[in-house]
Amino acid sequence: MALTVNLPFRRREPPAPPHDVAAAALRSDRFRLERETDWRRLEEVVTRLEKNRIRRVSDADLLELPVLYRKAASSLAVARETSLDAATLDYLEGLVRRAALQVHGPREGFGRWMLRFLGGGWARAVREIWLDICIALAVSIAGAVAGWLLVARDDAWYYALVSSDFGDTRQPGASREVLAETLEGTKDADGLATFATYLFSHNSGVAIMAFALGFAFGVPTLLLGFYNLAIMGAMLWLFFQAGLGIDFAAWLSIHGTTELTAFLLADAAGLHIGRAMAFPGDRTLMAATQKAGRRAATVMAGVVIMLVCAGLLEGFGRQLVHVTPTRFAVGGTMLVLWLGYFTLSGRRRA
Amino acid sequence: MKRVDRRIRAMTTPEGIAMPVTLAGRGARAAALALDLGLIVFGFFILILVLGSIGMNLSDAENGKSSAVGEFLFVVLILGVFLCRYVYFTAFELGPRGATPGKRALGIRVAARGDRRLTAEAVLARNLLRDAELFLPLIWIIGSIGGEGGIAGYAAAAWLLVFVLFPFFNRDALRAGDLVAGTWVIESRRPRLQAAMSIGEDHRSQYHFDEASLSTYGEHELQVLERVLREDRPEALRQVTETICAKFGWTPGSGDEHEFLEAFYAALRQRLESDMRFGKRKKDKFS
Repeated sequence: MALTVNLPFRRREPPAPPHDVAAAALRSDRFRLERETDWRRLEEVVTRLEKNRIRRVSDADLLELPVLYRKAASSLAVARETSLDAATLDYLEGLVRRAALQVHGPREGFGRWMLRFLGGGWARAVREIWLDICIALAVSIAGAVAGWLLVARDDAWYYALVSSDFGDTRQPGASREVLAETLEGTKDADGLATFATYLFSHNSGVAIMAFALGFAFGVPTLLLGFYNLAIMGAMLWLFFQAGLGIDFAAWLSIHGTTELTAFLLADAAGLHIGRAMAFPGDRTLMAATQKAGRRAATVMAGVVIMLVCAGLLEGFGRQLVHVTPTRFAVGGTMLVLWLGYFTLSGRRRA
Repeated sequence: MKRVDRRIRAMTTPEGIAMPVTLAGRGARAAALALDLGLIVFGFFILILVLGSIGMNLSDAENGKSSAVGEFLFVVLILGVFLCRYVYFTAFELGPRGATPGKRALGIRVAARGDRRLTAEAVLARNLLRDAELFLPLIWIIGSIGGEGGIAGYAAAAWLLVFVLFPFFNRDALRAGDLVAGTWVIESRRPRLQAAMSIGEDHRSQYHFDEASLSTYGEHELQVLERVLREDRPEALRQVTETICAKFGWTPGSGDEHEFLEAFYAALRQRLESDMRFGKRKKDKFS
C-alpha cells in the first residue's frame, strides 16, 4: 500500500479481522450486534403482519411480538443516547414505528367491529347526537310545512320545488285517477332488484353528501334537509288536495319511515361536526372536531345500513304491497323497530 | 433538507418513546390519489367489459332468461359504482398497512394524529368526507365549465373549491377528512439495516489522530462521513480525504482513502460517543 503520510499518523501491525461481537471496535457497534438478531426477527414478523399474512406468522413469533417490540423500543431509547450511527438509528426508528403501528394498531377484524357496532356502538352514537337530531328534525318539519304552504298559496311553486321529469303525471291539476295510478305497485318482481339497488346507491350518495357538507358548519346540510322536505311537503299537498292524502302517506311510509330516519340521522351527523367546529366549547377545535367526527362516522355507517333496508323496502315492498293498511303496518313496524333499537340498544355497557 | 425538516412532527408511542414522523408531501398525496383514481377507472372499465361480454353471450344463448340475468348484471354494475366511490378507500385504509394501493406505491400511509391508535371510525370519517372534497367538487366544476347552472353553478364550484384546497391552508397539510377524523398521512419508509461500521478491519492502529483533529468535528460531520463511507464512491472519498487533510495540514496519501476515512470515522465516533456518555454532545463543527 503506497502510503506517503507524515506524522501524526503512525503505522502499526494490523489486527485480525473481527467477525464476532467482541471484535467490533466501537462499544455502540457491539451494543448493536448483540441485539441485531432480535431486531431482524421483529422486522420479519412485522413485515408478515403488514402483508396481512397472520397465518404465516408462527405462534411463538406472535406471542413474542410484544417482547421483541419492547426490546427494540428500549434499544432505540438507549441507542439515541449512546450511538452516533445514523443508519442504525434510522433503521431502528423505522422498525419501532412500524412495529408500534402493528402492536397498537386497529387489530380488530371487520366481523368483530360489526358486532361491537350493532351490539350498541351505533345506538350509543345516535343517542349522543340527540341535540343535533332534534335540530335537524325541527328544520325538516319546517321544510315540509314551508313546502306545503308555498304550494297551497301558488301552484307555480310546485314546479319550482319539484324538478319533475318530462312525462311525470304528478302535477297540480292532475286528476285523481292519474295521481292514484302513480301510487300503484307492479304485479311481478321483474326489474325490482335493479330498482332497489339503484335506490340504495343513490340515496346513500345523497346522505353521504349531506353529511360531508356538514363540515361547513352544518349550514349546507340543514339547507339540503329543508329543501328535500319542502319537496315532500309540496307533494303531500298535491295528493291531499286530490283526496289521496292517506294513500300517499301509506305509499311513502312503507320505506319512508326508514329512509327519512336515515336522512335525518345523516343530517344530524353532519350538523354534529359543524356544530363542534363552530362551538368547540372548552376543548381545542381539533379535539372537539375529532371526537364529533368519529361519533358522526359511526352514525353514518349505520345510515348506509338503513338505506340498504330502505332500498329493499322501496324497491320490493312498495311495488308488491298494494293495500294501504298493510303499507302503513310495514312502515310503522319499521319505525318502531328503529326507535326501539336506538333507545334501548347498548345501554348496559354505557 | 430544510423542506423535509418542516414536515417532521413529534409523536409519542404509548411506551413514551418520542417518535418523529415525516408528514407526506402534498405532491405525494396528490400523486397517490391520481393513481388510485386511475386504478378505479381501469377496474371499472374491466368490470364493464366482463359484464358486457357475459350479458351478450347469455342473451344470445337463451332469450327467455336474458332479462333476469341482465337485471343481475345491472345490479352488479350499480353496486360496483357504489363500491368504487365509497368503499375502495375505506377498505384499503382499514388494512394493516393503512394505505390504498396508490398510497403504498408512493410510500405513505394513514396514521392517527398524536399517540392514539387508528380506529375504524377514524378511517370511516376521513373517507366519508372525501365525497365533499373530491367527487362533489369534480361534478360541479365539470358542470360549471359546461355552463350548467349559470352563475349559481360557478358560485357553487368556487365554494366547493374551499374543500379541495383545504390542505394548502394548514401547516400539516390536513384535508377536511383528516381534520374531522383526527388522522394524518405520514411517510412509511422502511430503511434497511446497514452493516455495522466498525466490524471491518480496524485501521485505527495504522493511523494516529491527535487531540486537535478529534475535537474539531461534531455529530453532523460524523454523519456526513458515515454517508460518504457507506456510499463508497472513490471521487467523494478522495474529496473528503483532501478536505480533512487540508484542514489539519496533513499530506493525503493516495489509494488508501477508504481505510483512512474509516479509521478517522471510528476514532471520531469513539470520541464523540464517549463524550456523549458523560452528557457532552457536540452538534457540529461550529458548536
